[in-house]
Amino acid sequence: MTFLGQALQWFLDGSHWQGDFGIPNRLFEHLTMSGISLLAAAVIALPIGITLGHFGRGGNLAINVSNVGRAIPSFAILVLAVQLVGIGALPAFLALVALGVPPILTNSYVGMREVDPEVREAATGMGMRQRLILWRIELPIALPLIMAGVRTSAVNIVATATLAALVAWGGLGRFIVDGLSQRDYAQLFAGALLVALLSTAVELGLAAAQRLATSEGLRIQKYPLEAEVVPTPQAMIA
Amino acid sequence: MLATGVLGAADDPWIRWDWIAGHIPVIRDALTQHIELTLIAVGMPLGLIAWRTRRLRGPIFSITGILYTVPSLALFALLIPFTGLTILTAEIGLVSYTLLILIRNIVVGMDAVPQEVREAALGMGYRPLAELFRIDIPLAVPAIMAGIRIATVTTIGLVTVTALIGEGGLGSLILDGLIRDFKTPLVVGTLLSIALAIIADVGLAGLQRLVTPWSRGRVRI
Repeated sequence: MTFLGQALQWFLDGSHWQGDFGIPNRLFEHLTMSGISLLAAAVIALPIGITLGHFGRGGNLAINVSNVGRAIPSFAILVLAVQLVGIGALPAFLALVALGVPPILTNSYVGMREVDPEVREAATGMGMRQRLILWRIELPIALPLIMAGVRTSAVNIVATATLAALVAWGGLGRFIVDGLSQRDYAQLFAGALLVALLSTAVELGLAAAQRLATSEGLRIQKYPLEAEVVPTPQAMIA
Repeated sequence: MLATGVLGAADDPWIRWDWIAGHIPVIRDALTQHIELTLIAVGMPLGLIAWRTRRLRGPIFSITGILYTVPSLALFALLIPFTGLTILTAEIGLVSYTLLILIRNIVVGMDAVPQEVREAALGMGYRPLAELFRIDIPLAVPAIMAGIRIATVTTIGLVTVTALIGEGGLGSLILDGLIRDFKTPLVVGTLLSIALAIIADVGLAGLQRLVTPWSRGRVRI
C-alpha cells in the first residue's frame, strides 16, 4: 500500500509535469516518434500492398513478410539499428518503420484480394475504367481490412517506442528504463501506467476509426450476408 | 547506463568466431533458458484453458484483450514492484500474451465444429466428455494449432525483452551486445532467436499434419 502511495506521490509531484523531462514532453516525444514512424511505414507499405493486391501478384511475398516480421524480435531490430546508425532518434525511427511495414503490407494485399470478383466485373460491365475501379470500388471495400493493418502497426509501434529509451532516446519509456536502472519503483510503475494508458487509448481510438472507415454499404450488407452463409438446421426446416 | 557510445564500432566485425568459441556454455544456457521461458508461457495457458474455458469466456476475453494491448516492457514494469526482478514477473507477462492468442483460436475452432456433427455424435451415444475429446477437439485442431504456432513464435520474440528485467534467454546476449557495443553477441542472439522461431513453427506445422492424418492431400490455408 505504501508503494502505491509513492507512485501516487510521484504523479502529484509538480516537477514531473514540466520541462524537457516532464510527462507532457515525454508524451509528446512518444506520440511524434510513433506518428512519424507510422506515417513512413504506411507510405512504404500501402502502395506496395495495394498494387500487389490489385494485380493479384506477389501474394507469397505480401503474406510471408508478416510471418518473417513476427519471427524477428523487435528488441533485436532496435539494437541492430543502433549498430548501423548509432544511438538516438534515428535507430528508433528505423526500427519502428521496419516494425510497422509488415502488418500494413499484408493487410492491404489481403483486403484488395478479398474484393468479390463479381463486384469488379459488374463495375467493368458498367464501363468503369481500371483507375476508377481501384479508387471507387476496390479501395472502399478493402478499407476496413487496411485500417485493421494500420491499427496493428500503430499499436506495435507505440509499444516498441517504449523500448527506444534504451537507445538513448526519449518518450514515455524513459521513465521505465530510468526507474529500472535507478531501482526507483515509483517512477517505474508510474511510467508503465502511462504507457499502458497510452497504448490502450491508441487501440480504442483506432478501433473507432476502423468502424468509421467501413463504408455504410458494407455495414448494411453484413447481416444478411452472414445469415446466408450459415443457415442453421432449424432455419432450413422452417 | 544502458546505452553507451559508439566507441570501437569502427573495427568491430559483425561476427567474431573466437568470441563464440569461447562462450559456447553461455550461449547454450541462454538458449536453454529461452526455450524454458517459451514452453512455460505457451504451456500454462493451454492447461488453464483445457481445465475450463466456456464458462469464463466473456471475462477472459475482455481481460486478455486489454493485457494484449499493453506493451511488454510496461507490463513487466507494472509487475516488478510486486513480484520483483524474477522469473515469475517474466512468466506472468508472457502468459498474459499467449492467453489471448490461444483462447481466441481455441474458441474459434470449437465454434466452427458444425452443430450437426455434434448432434450426430450425441445421437450415436457419445457421452459429453467423449464427444469433446473425440469429436470437437480433433475437428478444432487446425485452428488450435494455428494459435499455438502464433503464440510460440510471438513468445520467442518477446522473451528477448525479459532481458531488461534480468531474465531474457537469448535476449541477454542481445542486451550484452547493446551495453558493450559489441556486435557478436547481438548477432548470435538475434540469429538464434529467429532460428528458434522458424524451427518451432515448422515443427508445430509438422506435428499438426501428424495429428490430423485426414486433412492430408487437401489444400491447407
